[in-house]
Amino acid sequence: MNTLYRYTRTAITLHWAVAALIFATFPLGVYMHDLTLSPYKLRLFSYHKWIGVTIFLLAVLRVSWRSTHRPPPLPAAMPNWEKLAANTVHYLLYTLIFAVPLSGWLMSSAKGVQTVWFGVLPLPDLLAKNKELGDLLKEVHESLNFAMFGLVLAHIGAALKHHFIERDEILARMIPILGRGA
Amino acid sequence: MKHLLAVPLLLAASLASGAEFAVLRPQQSSIIFVSKQMGVPMEGSFRKFTARIAVDPASPETGSARIDIDLASIDTGSTDGDEEVAGKAWFDTKNHPVASFISGSVKPSGKERYEALGKLSIKGKTLDVKAPFTLKQNTDTLIIEGMFPIKRLDYGIGTGVWSDTDTVADEVQIRFHFTIAKK
Repeated sequence: MNTLYRYTRTAITLHWAVAALIFATFPLGVYMHDLTLSPYKLRLFSYHKWIGVTIFLLAVLRVSWRSTHRPPPLPAAMPNWEKLAANTVHYLLYTLIFAVPLSGWLMSSAKGVQTVWFGVLPLPDLLAKNKELGDLLKEVHESLNFAMFGLVLAHIGAALKHHFIERDEILARMIPILGRGA
Repeated sequence: MKHLLAVPLLLAASLASGAEFAVLRPQQSSIIFVSKQMGVPMEGSFRKFTARIAVDPASPETGSARIDIDLASIDTGSTDGDEEVAGKAWFDTKNHPVASFISGSVKPSGKERYEALGKLSIKGKTLDVKAPFTLKQNTDTLIIEGMFPIKRLDYGIGTGVWSDTDTVADEVQIRFHFTIAKK
């Protein structure tokens, strides 16, 4: 496959790293939030936050990389509405990989629990402790996550549709081994 | 007979001079604890406590203190936490509602610095502790401030699954701030 038509190795690695971490920490968040208080729960909350901070940092790397390495163009044959839909979903997903961890970090601050990355590196508390604000930010964090869940489904659905129905090279841009050698 | 009377009189006299500052101002006093959970420092406090502290700033070594903490008044920062620590694995407040610190020995350790040696009792366990503090005199109040570490597991605080110190550290920092007014 022509390298012009796929993402760079770095962009691919960052994409899949963020994807894998989201697939780990999203279900973890859904599972852990209702558990009764235990050391197990405290550990899971910490892991969830560490992963979230990591996603945020990878998001920074991704956007910096993307700003200097333009992604491959969408196939010319794609209808305009599909291009618009693809670009909109990508844009929203980029926004969310910043907004979701950020809302979690703010929520943690407002709930009076500092975030300490890997139990070693303390992040500054961006907000003072405030119960009402903490509860509100919990709602925000949850809503943003479910919005992301919907967008990720659309994103995956579109990738599969391109690969198995339209049988084009869209998915191979992110998984070069799937290239059909066109 | 004279001798028998003399003893209480002497005692009363020494208390009168030594207990010039003896009234706690609860609004300007606090007992805070800081523990680490997964490397995250978590601050909590006790809302209710009584402190009978008698200090003569001229000779603090003669001071004495008794502090009683109502353990059910704990504020861990979350309702979940408050309910959890009242339970058997933690303070077991039903059977041990009060923690106390009793000291009759104060040693100077520098300018405005002292060390109170005393006994700390929590959950039926009594251990010796050294509580370093500073003493500052204002016109009508004395400010006593200090901190000391304890090991929670020495007192059986947080047993069972909670005895895993990788999650909740064994060491807990106790910080106290007392404002004592004149009688």
